[in-house]
Amino acid sequence: MTGTAPDDTVHSLADNTPSLASVADKEERQRIIRRRIERVGRWLMPAVMLVISIWLWDRIVVWNEIPHYILPGPGRVLSTLIADWPILLSALKVTLQITILALGIAVIGGVGLAILFTQSRLVEMSLFPYAVILQVTPVISIAPLIFIYVDSKLVGLLICAWIVAFFPVLSNTTLGLNSTDHNLRDLFRVYGATRLQKLLYLQIPTALPYFLGGLRIAGGLALIGAVVAEYVAGTGGIGSGLAFTILEAGYRLNIPRMFAALLLIAGTGVVIFTSLSLLSYLLLHKWHESALKREA
Amino acid sequence: MKKVGKTFSANVEALRKMSLAVNVGDFISLLGPSGCGKSTALRLISGLMEPTSGRIVWQGDHGSGSIGVVFQEPTLMPWATVGANVWLPFRIDGQSFRSVSARVHESLRLVGLEDFTDRYPRELSGGMKMRVSIARALVTNPRIILMDEPFAALDEITRFRLNIDLLELKAQIGCTVIFVTHSVFESVFLSDRIAVMTARPGSIIREIPIDEPYPRDERFRTSSTYAAHCRITSEALQESMRSAA
Repeated sequence: MTGTAPDDTVHSLADNTPSLASVADKEERQRIIRRRIERVGRWLMPAVMLVISIWLWDRIVVWNEIPHYILPGPGRVLSTLIADWPILLSALKVTLQITILALGIAVIGGVGLAILFTQSRLVEMSLFPYAVILQVTPVISIAPLIFIYVDSKLVGLLICAWIVAFFPVLSNTTLGLNSTDHNLRDLFRVYGATRLQKLLYLQIPTALPYFLGGLRIAGGLALIGAVVAEYVAGTGGIGSGLAFTILEAGYRLNIPRMFAALLLIAGTGVVIFTSLSLLSYLLLHKWHESALKREA
Repeated sequence: MKKVGKTFSANVEALRKMSLAVNVGDFISLLGPSGCGKSTALRLISGLMEPTSGRIVWQGDHGSGSIGVVFQEPTLMPWATVGANVWLPFRIDGQSFRSVSARVHESLRLVGLEDFTDRYPRELSGGMKMRVSIARALVTNPRIILMDEPFAALDEITRFRLNIDLLELKAQIGCTVIFVTHSVFESVFLSDRIAVMTARPGSIIREIPIDEPYPRDERFRTSSTYAAHCRITSEALQESMRSAA
């Protein structure tokens, strides 16, 4: 292997589409055109769908003269969103705060416990079944009990959101930590690696894609947990979140505000998912299959 | 460096009274049908397993870093660059990349991949990944390199090429190689001694010296002496399979 430059091909990662005119082959040209259509269509089609459905919604309300306390038109929802923004914003802040805090604690708890599990089979054997039980019991049935024993509404909400968010992190990270390549494990042993070195250099990098997959699920679940718990808690007055805003607006037949709050919750979910996907891409795009574009 | 007998059993007796003397600078192939315990023998030598009976005797010290291992798969860490993969043995030993970067680059230069230090494994072809794996085994300047069918998963052209490169490499650094293979042709081409193994329980039934001078190249591969050696080795292998049956 001395001095011989390897002539094996290096797979390029760049997506270098040649200009259409320079491609002679007919099939190849059609393939490029198809790919371009797909690239534009991925954004254009959902946007078109959105415009059409909002327009239909508006027309149905106008044509049937539906009163706004039964079904408000999209324009009215938008104007409510703007008019009620101070109320909605403070509610959004509360919901967001609980969701993010719960997700944070779920990550710390889930990853910590997963690491503990891989270090000690005994701990795993004694705790894992209870983690499963906690997960399979619907949070809405535990929530009323939690609010009896926990004085602080915030802490209660946090516990509920944490319960649903923590399991995907735990189970995915555990799976990842145990998925190391057996030859690499042997290699680490041959070179006399300590447990800590094996954990840091081998198990944690192996587990990273699994963990990030769990995190994306947990992000959505934390929001659901926070909202569900708030319905149960029925918090009134200052410091209540979007779910309570919906409940309260429902009592007052303020349907436009219900829609506006719903829009915010859905938007929050999308933002959480997108940012976690972005985080996943940033951490994995250099090496992991899931984040790499395959050449056709 | 010398190794005496060892027997191994885990209900299934994988090896029985297998003895092999390895001298410094040897290129020894362990050749045998699948399931004859070739890999078990390597795992015993590398210290991944303890022998049930018998022992492995080393002359001189053999701490970590004195053994290099190459598996059938390249076994690289996909999240680390080529350079970081080669650095791994030193990293486990607690040495920073900066302090050993010269060794890492030297090792990559030996396998002809010095320009690929910052690439990720998935950007490389199968043959190149195997070269990185070899570079990693070489980086600690080991006294002995254990190779477990390293080229079995590669195409024939790449395999021939790596065979020649491996011999050149060995001539340069002069370490001992124990090479597990199930290919008669590969073992004859590479080794100065072939240990033919029999299966269940595994042991060495014959040692065949290949007294042909190095360097060997493609001309040797097509020569009549090569063919003669292949015939002898092949017959020994047949015999080992008969005795197992």
